[in-house]
Amino acid sequence: MKLTPYSQNAYTPVPSGFTKFRRNCVPWQIVRFIAINIKMTMLILKSHH
Amino acid sequence: MARVLVLGGGISGHTAATFLKKWLGRSHEVVVVTPNSKWNWIPSNVWVGVGGMSREDVVFELAPVYKKAGIDYRQAKAISINPEGSATSALPFVSVEYTGTANAGSKEDITYDYLINATGPRLNFAATEGLGPDCGNTVSICTADHAVEAYEKLAQVIEEMKKGEKKKFLIGTGHGMCTCQGAAFEFTFNVEHKLKEAGVRDNAQITYISNEYELGDFGVGGMHLKMGGYITSGKVFAESLYTERGVRWITRAHVKKVSKGKIDYETLNGDMKEEEFDYAMLIPPFAGAGMKAYDKNGEDITSKIFNPGGFMFVDADYSKGAAPFEDYRAEDWPKYCQNQTYKNMFAVGIAFAPPHLISKPMKSPNGTPINPTPPRTGMPSAMMGKAVAYNIKDMIQKGATEPTHSARMSEMGAACVASAGKGFFSGSAAAMTMYPIVPDYQKYPDYGRDLNGTFGEIGLAGHWIKHFLHYSFLWKAKLKPFWTIIPE
Repeated sequence: MKLTPYSQNAYTPVPSGFTKFRRNCVPWQIVRFIAINIKMTMLILKSHH
Repeated sequence: MARVLVLGGGISGHTAATFLKKWLGRSHEVVVVTPNSKWNWIPSNVWVGVGGMSREDVVFELAPVYKKAGIDYRQAKAISINPEGSATSALPFVSVEYTGTANAGSKEDITYDYLINATGPRLNFAATEGLGPDCGNTVSICTADHAVEAYEKLAQVIEEMKKGEKKKFLIGTGHGMCTCQGAAFEFTFNVEHKLKEAGVRDNAQITYISNEYELGDFGVGGMHLKMGGYITSGKVFAESLYTERGVRWITRAHVKKVSKGKIDYETLNGDMKEEEFDYAMLIPPFAGAGMKAYDKNGEDITSKIFNPGGFMFVDADYSKGAAPFEDYRAEDWPKYCQNQTYKNMFAVGIAFAPPHLISKPMKSPNGTPINPTPPRTGMPSAMMGKAVAYNIKDMIQKGATEPTHSARMSEMGAACVASAGKGFFSGSAAAMTMYPIVPDYQKYPDYGRDLNGTFGEIGLAGHWIKHFLHYSFLWKAKLKPFWTIIPE
């Protein structure tokens, strides 16, 4: 994307090419799918009283 | 035999009713009163709104499911509650008016031993002049039918863009007191994704407008995350996504008026501004169902049972309502969702009256409140429904005099998967958890939350999870085999 100096979006971080690649890299996302599900399950177990 | 009356068949009411019936069996009665004939998995409405799913994919008929479960289902809307009964009824009751085609308009008083108010939100489009599908200026994705209309209009706009026309999209909140920014966030990026797929993204200017103080507030005061060696505000990640996808944003805004192709809005610093659009999806503020309440002598006690917004008082600390933000405490939030005057009445999900905001209250110099109201939908509402079901079961079966299970929003976490585009290989979503939902600055003095239970990341995995949740929660709601092992 093209940065417009002094505009609203000129002061935000943007993902690098490698970060964007990882977001859609199927093997890595399978790993993340498992990891996120574990995190969410832990949260659910912690939340029931 | 005890009768439990559940008002509302949405996520919290359906969860409470189905678990109660399973636990109580045939010895006791569970009655569900809801004006709708269909159950709607609302989180997937966003995909209906961009043509990624059909209406039929996100709804199902309630009657056969309740028949299978042995739940007495009445397609009706609750009009009033008599928690003490009346001159002619010793038992408390709810007056309902039927909405089904067979008996529309007929009325009945349904007595109860325990009442669960899970009426969900009334979509208060009338709070903003010209807002909502009925006025024809903006669309909505709050119901499946609204989402269908949102896609029909989006498809028309896309066709015009294919002919080379430039279009302005405006998506966000339609009032300074809205909640559910997450739905607007999702729709923004799903529309952007759809426009890209249609090859017309370059012809679109997309603007997100919100009553949030900063992006990423979501009505929970924002959140901090550990990432890349820093503890960083969620605002940074939200702004990063908007920048990456070329979406402009307007925050701290109260939409005052919507007319054809234009909104008038007020900002937190008191400026009055305008924004033009060709296509707008603006979320309305929520109100309670608008029920009345009467005591045994027929005196109106609505103001003792419901707050001015129509939400039911429960065991929250309402004395903190006018307190400064710095005095807010985790224990202000209701533990058992139980009305303290009539202890056989409970309210869950959107239906209970929160003690105060979660985000910091803000007003413009003109006195206009511009702040998100507390979100109480999705996972927390289902957890409240299940906790209340447990409590009523223990009261009926074990003679418990006090609730045995709690569901305080400052002691429970939430998992949220916000779609940013649909597609098995091209989709993405922001997967987030936060613990607790309501920040507890006494327990977690630095950031109000446990940073080990609070995280977020965007990617294809998030999209798979949202898709997986769509099917698993519909499976659960239809009470198909092993439905009870699917968590709330």
